[in-house]
Parts: sequence; structure tokens; C-alpha cells
Amino acid sequence: MTITCGFEAQRFINPVVKSLPPSGIRRFFDLVASTRGVISLGVGEPDFVTPWHIREACVQSLERGYTMYTSNYGIPELRQAIACYLEDRFGLSYDPQRQIMVTIGASEAVDLALRTVINPGDEVLIPEPCYVSYKPITLIAGGVPVTVPTTMEDEFALTAARLEKYITPRSKILILCFPNNPTGAVLTDSEMEAIAALVKKYNLLVISDEIYAELRYDGPPRSFAALPGMQERTILVSGFSKAFAMTGWRVGYVAAHPDFLAAMVKIHQYTILCAPVMGQVAALEALRHGRPDVDRMVAEYDQRRRLVVSRLREMGLECFEPRGAFYVFPSIKATGLTSNEFAEALLKEEKVAVVPGPAFGSSGEGYIRCSYATSLAELTEAMKRMERFVARHLAFKGRAVAHAY
Amino acid sequence: MRKKILELLENNGKLNAKEIAIMLALPVDQVAREIAAMEQEKIILRYHTLINWEKAGAEEVAALIDVKVTPQRDVGFDEIAGRIYRYPEVKSVFLMSGSYDLSVLVQGKSLKEVATFVSQKLATLEHVQSTVTHFILKRYKQDGVIFEDQEADRRQVLQL
Repeated sequence: MTITCGFEAQRFINPVVKSLPPSGIRRFFDLVASTRGVISLGVGEPDFVTPWHIREACVQSLERGYTMYTSNYGIPELRQAIACYLEDRFGLSYDPQRQIMVTIGASEAVDLALRTVINPGDEVLIPEPCYVSYKPITLIAGGVPVTVPTTMEDEFALTAARLEKYITPRSKILILCFPNNPTGAVLTDSEMEAIAALVKKYNLLVISDEIYAELRYDGPPRSFAALPGMQERTILVSGFSKAFAMTGWRVGYVAAHPDFLAAMVKIHQYTILCAPVMGQVAALEALRHGRPDVDRMVAEYDQRRRLVVSRLREMGLECFEPRGAFYVFPSIKATGLTSNEFAEALLKEEKVAVVPGPAFGSSGEGYIRCSYATSLAELTEAMKRMERFVARHLAFKGRAVAHAY
Repeated sequence: MRKKILELLENNGKLNAKEIAIMLALPVDQVAREIAAMEQEKIILRYHTLINWEKAGAEEVAALIDVKVTPQRDVGFDEIAGRIYRYPEVKSVFLMSGSYDLSVLVQGKSLKEVATFVSQKLATLEHVQSTVTHFILKRYKQDGVIFEDQEADRRQVLQL
């Protein structure tokens, strides 16, 4: 590209966008990508490929010529199937015509929800550590993110007591993402009930990102929207990526009060038009016949989860037992390293990639995220390497402390 | 519990009792006992490794042979099956429904070796009526594993 003298692209960029921090791990990502022989525990998506019958349904639909736009809301059969699923699985009743919309992954649904309800200056309560998109989207929509730190002492659950401390008269929205990325934390029924009481007391709206709902190891999945009085106050966001191993298809959905949905569809129709039909057809097949696949994958994640937690504890890292998603979030404080130092040294010395906790908010300092969405063989090898690494650094720290005395 | 242990071992014979116990949330000694018992009872016969011999450069030839036999009074097919499966060249034998009786997998170093075995040993056995030999040209999938599919992880190295 020839740049005309005097043209300053930066001047044209919206200051809010300009001030958004770039992804905290960009540099680390490049480092990982340029190192050979790395086992990555840093991947936030299933290691399984989408089950064949789901892929085949898409292939067949292409052969039959399903290549056009769909309704803005998504194909009616899929919305119907989503409504049935929410009813069967969570006891939630939604009208598929007026309360459900198919989106480009759960990510678009979060964006739509925030843009639909935020007035400039509204405070959005975001429990942290959390997935990286909530804060930037809030800022873009003109909202004020208020992060609520969660701690290992509380098993990274959001407690009502802590939440209440961060509520102000300007608080409007609470984002919940449990089971949580990056911690794997879940909310128990009583924890959710206590939060629901606050939501009512302070007249808040909840955006509940339940993309990991199916990946739960302590009992059946739960939805925040299913609590008494919460359905109307909850914009429920979910999708097919994690449970059905369908990340690349980009299909999610949102279920909400008809008024919220009517407002959201306005943005969706002007910006997106509709989710791709191929992905929608595949998602329909997933809901109709994919239950055994989900059960099989969840059972396997569960086995790996136990193994990884046990190995991490054995090597001397404090690690609470996550009950959802496919992440463990051990503390690395015992090594005396910061999260970034730990991740970089582990990569250099043993070629294992993990994500430093602060990538998910400052309350993640002292922790790393390890994904167990990796084959058992790779996981076992990665644990062996990490064990060597941790042993070296604990010993080093031990010597350093002894020396100081 | 046995079924779960077996499922894990079937896919990865390298797992030890401790790892299996952790993965299934069971006591280690109980898992170790069950594995030993299943080895004793010949439920677990062998810890096997699935190898892509072609990739390893080994020139092995294998054939599936449809064998028609005359069943014998009182012992049915078992007697003749026993005669066949004792040959070390024979890797597996199945009794089949349909137009033939026994399906026999034979392995050898060359086409000629396998053909000779069939014509001189197998076909000449008493009660064997006929044989049809199908040489295996390529293995696409075996024991649930797709041979050509063992490609690297296609995912991004880091994904938040």
C-alpha cells in the first residue's frame, strides 16, 4: 500500500476502540507458535472433532442446495429444537417464535445483549477472572465495567456477599459465566439463589453466558434463568461450540424476554442478517441426535480432569477442584514466579504452553489456566514435563530462601 | 467398574492402576486387584499395540480367506476351527453367518508364502470344502483407528 504523506489513519479511529487493550497474550502466543514440539494446554476448545453425523448432515444439506439466507431469527426447526432442549434440560419454557434467536456463536449473543441494554454510564458487574470479551464489549457499548474478583478461597464462585459490595445505584447488568472460563468454577444452587435475591433487590438484569453448561461434573447442568423470578430478568446465552465440539461452526443462540429479543434482532438483522445456514443445519442435527456424543465427551473430560488435578497437586501446586468446563486453574505462587514468568519459563524449559492467569483479569495473578481438552497421551506427557519444571523451581526457591536466612 | 477399567485399557494399555483409579475416582488397590483378577480370568488377554506396519516399512502380506467346511456331528465347527487356528500363520478365525463358514486372517512375508499356505495347508484339510482368498491391499481403519487420519492438531496453539 502506498501511504499518502500526511494521512493519519490513527486520527480516524474511535478513541474507545483505540484505548482497548490488545489481547494480553499476543506476544506469548507468538512465542508459543514459533517454538517447535510444544504441547499446548492453552487451547480453549474441545480436542474432539465435531461428531461425524453432524458433519454429514451439513454435507448433505449442501448437496441439496441449502446455501441461502435464513430468517433473521434462524431456521424455525432449529429454534423449536432449542426450545425443546431448554425445556428438557433446564425446565425452561420459551416461545421459539418470539424468544429464541440463533446467533454467530455465543459471542455475538453477548455483544447483542450488551449493546441492547447498556445506556452510556451504566455499570456492568463482571465477576473475574473471566472470559476476555465482556469488558471490551461493555466499553464499546459505552458501559462501565465493574469487575468483581472471585478467589480460590471461595473456589472462584461468585458469592452474594462479595457481589453486594460492588453494587452501586448505577449498577444495571450482571454478567454470569458459570461453569467458568478460565477457572472451571461452577455455582451451586444455593449460591445462585443468593445472587438471585440480590438481582431482585437491586433490580438488575443478568446476562448469563452458559456456553459451558453441559460440561458439568457434579450433577446435571443448571441454568440461572431457571431460578424463581429470574427467567424474565435473564438474557440466556449459549451455543454448540463446547458441548458438541462445534467451535468453528460459529452457532450460538440467545433466549430472552420477547421485548429483549425484539430489540436484539434489530441489531442482528442490520449487522449479521442471519447465522450461516450450514452451521444451523449441523446444530439441528446435534440437538436431535447428539446427546450420546455429549455424554461420551463429558465422561472423557471428567476422567482427564481428575487425573490433571491429582497430578498438579502431587507436584506441589495448590489446585481447587473445578466442577465444570475443561480447565483447571492451579496456583503457582509456591514457585515464587509470577504467572507470566511461570508460563514463559515452562514454555522455554519444557515446551508446555499454558495461559497466564492475568490474561483473564488482574485477579488471575498467581494462577495459570491449563486446558484438559487435549488427548490423554499428550496430557500425561505434559504433566510429566510440568512436574520436572515445578520440582526444579521449588528447589531453587527453597535454596534462595535458605540463603536469605 | 470392570467395564470402565477395560474401556480405558482398551484404548491405552500404558495406563497404570493408579492413573485408572484417579480417572475413575476409585481406590487404587481395588483397581489393581480387579486388573489382576481380569488377567487371571483371561478377560484381559494381552496388552496390544496397534501398529501401522506399512508406515514402518515392513513388507507384510495379509489375506482374508472365506472357508466353507463340513460341520461334524457333536462338535459342529469347533473341531475344524481348532485345526485351522493352531497354525501360527493364522492371525484370527471367525465363525460367520452367510454363504461361507469361517473367515480366516492369514499373514505372511509374501504373496507366495500366503498362497502356498492356503493351497497346501488350509485347502487340503479334511472337511474343508472350498476356499476363496482375498488379499488385503490397504488398511484404512483398524480397531476404530483411521490410519491416514493421524494428523497434527489443527487448533490454534493458544485460544482464550
